[in-house]
Amino acid sequence: MPIHEKSLIRPEDLTEHEQLEIDGVDVSGHWSTFIETRVVSDYNERMEEEIAALPGGEYIHRCFQCSSCTNVCTVNDLNPDFNPRYWIYLARMGFEKELLRDKDLLWQCVSCHKCTHVCPRDVAPEGVMKAMATWAELKGHTEVKPAAAFDAEFTEQIVATGKIEEGRIIRGFFKRTGQPLNQPWLREMSLRLARRLPILMGLKMALAAVFRPRTRDWDKSRAAITEYIAEREDANRRALNLD
Amino acid sequence: MSEKYKTVAYYPGCALEGTGHGYNRSTKAVGRKLGLDLIEIPNWNCCGAMEVKNIDPELQNYLSARNLAIVAEKMNVDTVMAPCNGCYHNLKKVEHDIAKKPKTQEVVDRLSQKAGHATYQAGEVETIHALDWIKEAIGEEGIRERVKNSLKGLKIANYYGCMYTRPRNIFPEKDQGEGSESTHNPHYMDDLLRAAGAEIVDYPLKTACCGGAHTLADSDTSTKLVLNLLQTAEDCGADVIATECPTCHSGLEMHQIRAEKEHGIKTSVKMLYFTQLLGLALGLSSRKLGIHENVSDASGLLKERGLA
Ligand code: SF4
Ligand code: SF4
Repeated sequence: MPIHEKSLIRPEDLTEHEQLEIDGVDVSGHWSTFIETRVVSDYNERMEEEIAALPGGEYIHRCFQCSSCTNVCTVNDLNPDFNPRYWIYLARMGFEKELLRDKDLLWQCVSCHKCTHVCPRDVAPEGVMKAMATWAELKGHTEVKPAAAFDAEFTEQIVATGKIEEGRIIRGFFKRTGQPLNQPWLREMSLRLARRLPILMGLKMALAAVFRPRTRDWDKSRAAITEYIAEREDANRRALNLD
Repeated sequence: MSEKYKTVAYYPGCALEGTGHGYNRSTKAVGRKLGLDLIEIPNWNCCGAMEVKNIDPELQNYLSARNLAIVAEKMNVDTVMAPCNGCYHNLKKVEHDIAKKPKTQEVVDRLSQKAGHATYQAGEVETIHALDWIKEAIGEEGIRERVKNSLKGLKIANYYGCMYTRPRNIFPEKDQGEGSESTHNPHYMDDLLRAAGAEIVDYPLKTACCGGAHTLADSDTSTKLVLNLLQTAEDCGADVIATECPTCHSGLEMHQIRAEKEHGIKTSVKMLYFTQLLGLALGLSSRKLGIHENVSDASGLLKERGLA
């Protein structure tokens, strides 16, 4: 298996003297590389527990650090700093500060499930990535990231009607994240579609935007779900000692 | 033709009523042509897609289970067929979780009771993908016998995406040796389209990710991933990428355009649902198969090859 891991020693923890002689021996440059010694004392001893309590994180304790997840990871392939194995290690060790250095990457997991597929310990790392992103947002370390905004928009529509309608999702998401709907590529896509669609189909889509597709007799499901979500959100906040 | 899967409960899912409409149309048309019966699940709801599980995995399980419960209680069939990889994945996932995790059963029972409908118990129905359906009920031999308009000369890269094979533990019937589907190297689409006469190119990215879950939330990442899929397919000599999922399909279409508009990188490979390709081979018209509803315009290519 190829090694995808980057060095875990941060460049700022390395010192090197350009010109240095010790006991008459020239140790300039690489020969004088030192790793700064440090003592970690600011653990978050509850960190593993906190992440385990959030949606997707429940099996984090099983990880034995084989790194199969990082090795197959779609996002790691694009950005070596996206490293599920390493983050799981940090969380389990309580190295909160270290994890926070990567706080703005956590949400980028694309849910390809390659990690969960190969993990020999059934950690379901894909879920752990989601739990970590939620953790960073709930604790106020990051703003609500676009992925979470998308999840919220999507879920709200299902709660409301039992179904989603893609046009409404696109509009709702762009509005929520303050982006203009008028993106050149979206416009081009609609144009290409409009050019080829039969009039009836176009009409049907326009109507779907007005009369939302919905599941009948959804009221009781909606009430049950709404109550359940509130209950879970409460539990999440309690697990992180918020409130 | 085997009797197994001749009649199935049909779960189209939200995307097949929207951007994946061509997949909906072609799945139904191909089923009809092959003498298979699809009965749509009455009053179904969204399975939760890739999103609700991030709010709460058991809520997603409830949403999926509600559909299975309708089939078990109200329909006289024991199989649900879902053409969308995401729906298929979620229905398989709840089946797995309900059998293995008491917590899932507890939440599904509780929410179903409050919502006033039947709950779902493991093993009441079987969930299959549209690929399993045609492969099992008709098979390659059956396709070969029925081909009217061979796809001969058409070079196809089959793209299976993520949710059809991963993670392996929710698909206990896969990786069972001879004849079964492989999670590592899926081949059902290859088998069926080859039987329809197409030339299947060796495509190393058949289960790579298109970034569908973040298609809007992180468009730059999705565009990068899709561009790699498209360019590799072209390098492999493919004219067409065959798809089996509306999210993958529309992601490939969308980011093909985005790569062109935002990065000036143009690719010409076309996307068609595998049911549209099969339908053409069976002699169905491209209009009946909803090929005009795709954003990716394959009409020129199909005309040139005498397929439309
Ligand atoms: S594959 Fe599983 S056990 Fe291995 S490092 Fe990743 S999460 Fe841990
Ligand atoms: S699911 Fe997320 S963390 Fe896992 S391999 Fe895919 S991108 Fe990486």
